[in-house]
Amino acid sequence: MSKVSLTVNGQACDLELDNRTTLLDALREHLHLTGTKKGCDQGQCGACTVIAGGHRINSCLTLAVMHQGDSITTIEGLGTPEKLHPMQAAFVKCDGFQCGYCTPGQICSAVAMLDEVKAGIPSHVTADLTSHPQLTTDEIRERMSGNICRCAAYSNIIEAISEVGRGEI
Amino acid sequence: MRPFTFERVRTPAEAAAAAARHPGAKFVAGRTNLLDLMKLEIETPTHLIDVNGLALDKIEPTADGGLRIGALVRNTDLAADERVRRDYGVLSRALSAGASGQLRNMATTAGNLLQRTRCPYFYDTNQPCNKRVLGSGCGAIDGFSRQHAVVGISDACIATHPSDMAVALRVLDAVVETVGPDGSTRNIPIAEFHRLPGDQPHIDTVLRTGELITAVTLPKPAGGAQIYYKVRDRASYAFALVSVALVVQKDGTGRVALGGVAHKPWRVEAAEAELPKGAKAVAAFLLADAKPTDQNAFKLKLVERTLAAALAQAKGAQL
Ligand SMILES: Cc1cc2nc3c(=O)[nH]c(=O)nc-3n(C[C@H](O)[C@H](O)[C@H](O)COP(=O)(O)OP(=O)(O)OC[C@H]3O[C@@H](n4cnc5c(N)ncnc54)[C@H](O)[C@@H]3O)c2cc1C
Ligand code: SF4
Ligand code: FES
Ligand code: FES
Repeated sequence: MSKVSLTVNGQACDLELDNRTTLLDALREHLHLTGTKKGCDQGQCGACTVIAGGHRINSCLTLAVMHQGDSITTIEGLGTPEKLHPMQAAFVKCDGFQCGYCTPGQICSAVAMLDEVKAGIPSHVTADLTSHPQLTTDEIRERMSGNICRCAAYSNIIEAISEVGRGEI
Repeated sequence: MRPFTFERVRTPAEAAAAAARHPGAKFVAGRTNLLDLMKLEIETPTHLIDVNGLALDKIEPTADGGLRIGALVRNTDLAADERVRRDYGVLSRALSAGASGQLRNMATTAGNLLQRTRCPYFYDTNQPCNKRVLGSGCGAIDGFSRQHAVVGISDACIATHPSDMAVALRVLDAVVETVGPDGSTRNIPIAEFHRLPGDQPHIDTVLRTGELITAVTLPKPAGGAQIYYKVRDRASYAFALVSVALVVQKDGTGRVALGGVAHKPWRVEAAEAELPKGAKAVAAFLLADAKPTDQNAFKLKLVERTLAAALAQAKGAQL
């Protein structure tokens, strides 16, 4: 067992956990934040995506004890039912989901992904490594490839992300 | 997952001391490979040493005009570094061709080099696998071997090394810097870092127990057109069937390394003299000793075609 203190969605949390507890299980089973989903538990689907210190990560492939002092944002921290985050609103408007299981991960991933584009981080499909990447459909597809959607709502997901991206970038 | 004790360290010396104190210990960095394997009890460390607190997350120029990449630099940050994009394009390209945005935000330079094979028999603890349990046999040799190695194989193992980054580092002549549990340091050329399986396929690299990677250095920029061409079963978020890391100069000379074909990034320097003759000649040289299975023999042709595509792309980049 280890003690770990972290900030989740702006709230300080002190936990005592078995060292084996993944960040995903800490969020779901200990903090009862069940918005973040477990799909594969091995880094292959992206359903567990959360934002840690501003970066999107797979919470299934990290240990809670390795996040001492970190600030974590989950889908619950992005917006509220009364005041949706623009990405959440765009997913609703564009119908960017069917069953919704992958959606929290998609939205957290998309929010942090737009910041990566703003920061000029290149992707596999960026044509020129020395210029600032543009938010084309190809770029969104490539950058969101770590989030699998079993319902294949991809085209609407891309539409939602483009809409938010156009406003921001 | 087996239980383990956990410790954070602040300096390489502390890391070394911790490793010396705990014979069953493992370092953990981005955890994207180690944790996956621990869940399956393929890796069973009794103690984890979290090295993320070591200040090894910088990319700095070296005295001879190269770059020193700290062991903990994240794959995303390395791919995005302005100097890497400008002078070592093949490395930036290889990194962004690997895994996903989320995983690259976690994965580190050292961890990427030390990731283990994706052979499905290695991952399935119900199957024989000499890499997992030496002497248990190899499920792949007479099994599903489509993804497996075609060169440098042994009767014990035909696994590939899955890293894209390592293939680029091989073509760039990188050097791996380490510190041992006794404080001694080593500089290991990337060519010698990964092993061929031989009769000890359970050992992937020449790294010793408790030895910590501190950095990877790149020599001064190689110039030329730099291409990383990866062929995989889907357009993104998949390991390579075959990949080519290529650096070609205007006069047609250059260097080439292959991924997806061997237990290590595959480069045969003598083959590079054939580059002006084209892909067929180079591929024939690189794969002269290939021993494919029925299921992965297609990789021989695929290497030639991927190399041809990479050469064409390089030509386009030079216009
Ligand atoms: C779904 C999925 C898809 C992927 N696709 C690709 C792909 O297409 N291409 C690709 O190249 N990779 C791919 N990867 C692999 C990924 O790149 C690796 O998991 C990652 O690079 C490992 O780095 P890490 O820092 O997370 O290592 P960890 O998991 O933390 O560690 C890996 C190993 O390195 C050791 N280690 C770590 N740091 C040090 C150090 N400083 N000194 C000594 N030992 C150390 C650890 O003890 C452990 O044995 C994929 C992974 C997943 C899960
Ligand atoms: S190819 Fe190597 S890793 Fe795969 S089953 Fe055979 S021994 Fe194991
Ligand atoms: S649950 Fe983490 S990637 Fe699938
Ligand atoms: S909406 Fe069902 S998995 Fe994506």
